[in-house]
Amino acid sequence: MGFIIELIRFLKKRKKFWLLPIILILALFGSLLILAQGSVVAPFIYTIF
Amino acid sequence: MIILGISAYYHDSACCLIKNGEIISAIQEERLTRKKHDASFPIKSINLCLKEAKISHSEIDYVVFYDKPFLKFERLLETYFAFAPKGFKSFLSSMPIWLKEKLFQKKLIIKELKNAFGKKTVWNNKLLFTEHHLSHAASAFFSSPYDKAAILTMDGVGEWTTTSVAIGHNNKINILKEINFPHSLGLLYSAFTFFTGFKINSGEYKLMGLAPYGKPIYAQIIKDKLVNIKEDGSFKLNMNYFDYCTGTTMTNNKFNKLFDGPPRRPESKLTIREMNIAASIQYVIEEIIIKIVKSIKKETQLDSLCLAGGVALNCVANGKLIKEKIFKNIWIQPASGDAGGSLGAALATYYIMLNNRRVVTKNEDNMKGSYLGPSFKNNQIEKTLSNYKAKFLKLNKSEIIDNVAKDLVKGKAIGWMQGKMEFGPRALGARSIIADPRSPKMQKLLNLKVKFRESFRPFAPSILRENLKEWFEIDQDSPYMLLVANVINEKIIKTNDEDKKLIGIDKLNITRSEIPSVTHVDYSARIQTVHRETNPMYYDLISKFNNLTGCPMVINTSFNIRGEPIVCTPEDALKCFMGTDLDILVIENFYLKKNEQKNLSFTNYKELYELD
Repeated sequence: MGFIIELIRFLKKRKKFWLLPIILILALFGSLLILAQGSVVAPFIYTIF
Repeated sequence: MIILGISAYYHDSACCLIKNGEIISAIQEERLTRKKHDASFPIKSINLCLKEAKISHSEIDYVVFYDKPFLKFERLLETYFAFAPKGFKSFLSSMPIWLKEKLFQKKLIIKELKNAFGKKTVWNNKLLFTEHHLSHAASAFFSSPYDKAAILTMDGVGEWTTTSVAIGHNNKINILKEINFPHSLGLLYSAFTFFTGFKINSGEYKLMGLAPYGKPIYAQIIKDKLVNIKEDGSFKLNMNYFDYCTGTTMTNNKFNKLFDGPPRRPESKLTIREMNIAASIQYVIEEIIIKIVKSIKKETQLDSLCLAGGVALNCVANGKLIKEKIFKNIWIQPASGDAGGSLGAALATYYIMLNNRRVVTKNEDNMKGSYLGPSFKNNQIEKTLSNYKAKFLKLNKSEIIDNVAKDLVKGKAIGWMQGKMEFGPRALGARSIIADPRSPKMQKLLNLKVKFRESFRPFAPSILRENLKEWFEIDQDSPYMLLVANVINEKIIKTNDEDKKLIGIDKLNITRSEIPSVTHVDYSARIQTVHRETNPMYYDLISKFNNLTGCPMVINTSFNIRGEPIVCTPEDALKCFMGTDLDILVIENFYLKKNEQKNLSFTNYKELYELD
């Protein structure tokens, strides 16, 4: 819960509420991805991501 | 007031502990885990920092992380959104780790701290986050000897910012302007690092070292096609040639066409093409940095400039900045990479957020020579050496100095471990390999038989500060080996016509000066000035060597082999000594000769570490 409040505060401060739908979709697909993948592997490219 | 700064999760994890504004201890995690560029949570460093400072975890007032994960995630989403549908593959590979871990960094850090120190301490209210470039700026300004200064930070990328200009005044930093991702000097340099077949995040030094072998014949192409440079030094990259926003490499096919073919395969033979490319990108980077600094001077009219961020480790560009005399004073943070972000995060919190008073000592920075890591007592060292059944002598300090100076004259390669370990990527005489710079063969010998690294790579001199002007075209302190300058004409040996015709790596075979092992092919050297105040033992050793030879400097390279983090403990030093062609090892008061070690063997040492 604390995380969601912080995220909403962040979006408000940055005036980036337009990112919210993307985040929601991501949360949905993300959970599927994680379930499907099992373990998490970072991309090998430069650590900008 | 005790503050712990942390950098982690990307590369070069580190921890720094400050007490009432004084830097007590700072350690990079890789030195303890023995994994180069280790990105894991720096729990070993945290424990060691607390131990060195004799502080319990319950006494910590704040823990500060060096960047803001939400802002980084915002950049990530906006970048993918801007380039969609391109980049879907990269998106798929990067999202899981964000959704599972990186986005919940606060929770993750608290969990790590609880695992280490138990559940009693409530970390939630003690945990803070600073912005990445503010951390860099704070690490440069608050450690510097200036009350007021301009600050320039340049790196790959933090959250959004890749380059920032700020003014620091007393205990505040005011950011004036920024350049944002994807336009980045660090990423531009890294793209060429990748293209020339070196590893990103560690090969940048190699690219810089390779540059003097080539000619900047591609510089105009880079400026015409890849980067649009304005008069004030602001720049914009042409993203049609780069792949890092959406792909899994740094550059693309269009980039290949500009530079006559595909990227060099790692570890394949270096050709004149790579040397020319290295010279070209180095030339362009220097031009941009000089333009930025000139524009900062024009805008701020200040006397002093502080630098930080990975690009500030480009000591060739730093040397050019000094030569241009744009600012009266320049101070560069020795831990300019992300490890130093931990230091900046702690200092930013202490001064900016908590509004504590800042006292500046003129001409003296707060870095304590960057000797901020652990040191070892004689009894600990003796125990380690005895456990390994090593044969050693225990000598007093002056005997150590006498013996080592004589060994240097005899052409021996020496592993030198004294006092507190350095913080930052450079070895500064606490964990160094030292040798005689007058020997024409020493560069090849150290590169191939001791360090097991590429033969083209240059070595740096550690020179007594008062003798600097007699040997190099510079008269400024460079205690952190961050400035490059040329050997003066009087010390240069004139080359004949045959020698002048040599190109590429063959240039290495020419003896160019009275100190050939530390003179690069363009007559430059990356200089460390040695000061009695910060490292008396090292100072006395070089003085003794000077008395014997008339040469007030030694070769100084990091005490490690290729791909290995610099040694930290006596055990690391002993293993590296036995695994390489080093002749002598000195750890504090202990003196070991290789040819006397019959009971010790560390075979295949170089295979323990992945090539960097």
